[in-house]
Amino acid sequence: MSTLTKQNLFEGFLETSFAGFERAREEGKASFLKQGLPTLKSEEYKFTAITKKLEQSITSFQSAQPFAVSQEEVKAGIPTGFEGTVLVFANGHFIPELAIDAAELTFSELSEKPETAVGSIARADKDPFAALNQSSFYGGIFIQIPKKAVVVKPILLLSFNKANEGQLIQPRVWIEAGDFSEVTFITHTINKSETPYFVNKVVEIKGGVNSQIRYYRVQNEGKNAIEASTLETNLLQDSRFTSVNISLSGEMVRNNLNLNLLGSNSEGNMYGIYLLNGKTHVDNHTNVDHTIPHAESNELYKGILADQSRGVFNGKIFVRQDAQKTNAFQQNNNILLSEDAIVNTKPQLEIWADDVKCSHGCTTGQLDEEALFYLQARGIDKTQAKGLLLFAFAGEVLEHIHDESFKNYCTDLVQERLGSKF
Amino acid sequence: MLTIKNLHASIEGTPILRGINLEVKAGEVHAIMGPNGSGKSTLASVLAGREEYEVTEGEVSFKGKDLLDLAPEDRAREGVFLAFQYPVEIPGVSSTNFLRTAVNQVREYRGLEALDAVKFLTMMKEKMKLVEIDQKLLSRSLNEGFSGGEKKRNEIFQMAMLEPTLSILDETDSGLDIDALRIVSNGVNQLKSKDNATIVVTHYQRLLDYIVPDYVHVLYKGKIVKSGTKELALELEEKGYDWIKEAVDSEATV
Ligand SMILES: Nc1ncnc2c1ncn2[C@@H]1O[C@H](COP(=O)(O)OP(=O)(O)OP(=O)(O)O)[C@@H](O)[C@H]1O
Ligand SMILES: [Mg+2]
Repeated sequence: MSTLTKQNLFEGFLETSFAGFERAREEGKASFLKQGLPTLKSEEYKFTAITKKLEQSITSFQSAQPFAVSQEEVKAGIPTGFEGTVLVFANGHFIPELAIDAAELTFSELSEKPETAVGSIARADKDPFAALNQSSFYGGIFIQIPKKAVVVKPILLLSFNKANEGQLIQPRVWIEAGDFSEVTFITHTINKSETPYFVNKVVEIKGGVNSQIRYYRVQNEGKNAIEASTLETNLLQDSRFTSVNISLSGEMVRNNLNLNLLGSNSEGNMYGIYLLNGKTHVDNHTNVDHTIPHAESNELYKGILADQSRGVFNGKIFVRQDAQKTNAFQQNNNILLSEDAIVNTKPQLEIWADDVKCSHGCTTGQLDEEALFYLQARGIDKTQAKGLLLFAFAGEVLEHIHDESFKNYCTDLVQERLGSKF
Repeated sequence: MLTIKNLHASIEGTPILRGINLEVKAGEVHAIMGPNGSGKSTLASVLAGREEYEVTEGEVSFKGKDLLDLAPEDRAREGVFLAFQYPVEIPGVSSTNFLRTAVNQVREYRGLEALDAVKFLTMMKEKMKLVEIDQKLLSRSLNEGFSGGEKKRNEIFQMAMLEPTLSILDETDSGLDIDALRIVSNGVNQLKSKDNATIVVTHYQRLLDYIVPDYVHVLYKGKIVKSGTKELALELEEKGYDWIKEAVDSEATV
């Protein structure tokens, strides 16, 4: 549903000219104008009034420019215990000079990638923000993991965001994991400003035959950040992709995670935790498309919501007619810690094949008072008992982080937030 | 050690306890019996500090302190231990971590130094022997998927670890086979001393063959309606509760 007036917000911005990718940008712009900014009437955005939020916080947009980041800042921004390659971005712009331990890695500016690649996985016509990014992203990076390369240490994509009011940060990442390759990505953002800004990110990933890709993300944006992101992955035969997403802050966050299972025996795993407080709003929209027989998808998202926070979970499982013998599992569980917190959870199953194993479930409840009393009755302080229970609830998701040191780092973050670190 | 005076408590406006009086001294074992729904677990929960119950009247002092004034965790730290009739399953919380946190918080309150991993493990091993609990159980999430008997054994194991001065065992014998009953009772007996006291809530005389009570009380409709020595339990076993119920109910109608 397009509401033309809503384009005004980006009108001037869309007139700016950007270098390179003329065709892709034209396509993105046309698609964006066609779709328009989402309103609450748009089915996919009915719980997330991101357009209104943008209008309220920001009057007109301009592209955020890169800024100087020092090596010390980079060092300080690396998650404790991390060991591996570091690629640094400032306002979404890749800064090659600041890369650490990257000699073995094949990467380049996105501009060296054939233009047709941009938007070939994360298609502009699927989402207005993906389209907006395609029309006006700046810089961007292309990372290639060669055939058969097993990258043992994880690759950290470390972003520094420092935007003034009205600035638009539009990172774009293209990852190609060659056949039989294996790689782990960790994305982490250091926020350097308190004024409202908008991050609109697109990540496209191609998983080659029998490749194994892990993609972990901590969303710890500034509390005034508005964020939309699309991560879309194509998976070929025997490949496996696992995403773990941890949302901790931000004003309003919308995550689109789309997995396309294109080869038999491919596997897509989607895990997430959202720990929200204040007025933070986080919307996780996931979509797994089973196009072929014998593929599997697993999904587990867990939310703990305090204060006036709001969570949205929309999990779509699409099983096409040809996708016999599909295994698809989905689970979303939430704990509300306050009467003012809201969660909207919606499993969306569209199954056209008849021989599939599909299960889904969602629950929303409060902290188990009986369990809390049991722990207290053993001498454990109430706040800590709460923390223990909440971590027991959410911690399950962290088990899916394969990298030991990053798992510890996330465990610390989560425990700190839940008051279960003592 | 424990003095309960005219204790009244209700849940969601419904009075359950209607004037309990009880005095428990160090070194004593008290058995509380009574028909289903008479308020035995309620009394245990009120003593442990469960918030759902509202104390409407009366007082409870424990080692000279106003027990009702303390948070549940502080009651535990002061030395009150409740073995739950229905221990709660807590998935995701490891038994060992839970116990270590509990033991150290209790020790800290009592002015003892925290146990490091090695000392804690040594203590655990020792107490595990006492109730013959399997190491494998303790490597699982707290009570998760435990059988009824395993849960009860775990309660007594926790009691052994926390070294309470007043233990309240709420139907710890229910669901135990005869071997388990013997083991659990042995554990309780070994932990008994002249300085601590035990309240056992039970339906069955057979437990009292193992844990011999100094006093037996009958709770009915929220009141202790009869007290006696261990012979009373034998009498109840033989005659049931009807004679007591009748006596109480006829008195009430007069
Ligand atoms: N939430 C509640 N609302 C109303 N009544 C309750 C509630 N919880 C317990 N009761 C009632 O309180 C009474 C006492 O219950 P309690 O569990 O203390 O009995 P009990 O003596 O331990 O019984 P049993 O031998 O079966 O374990 C019962 O009649 C029970 O139904
Ligand atoms: Mg009971």
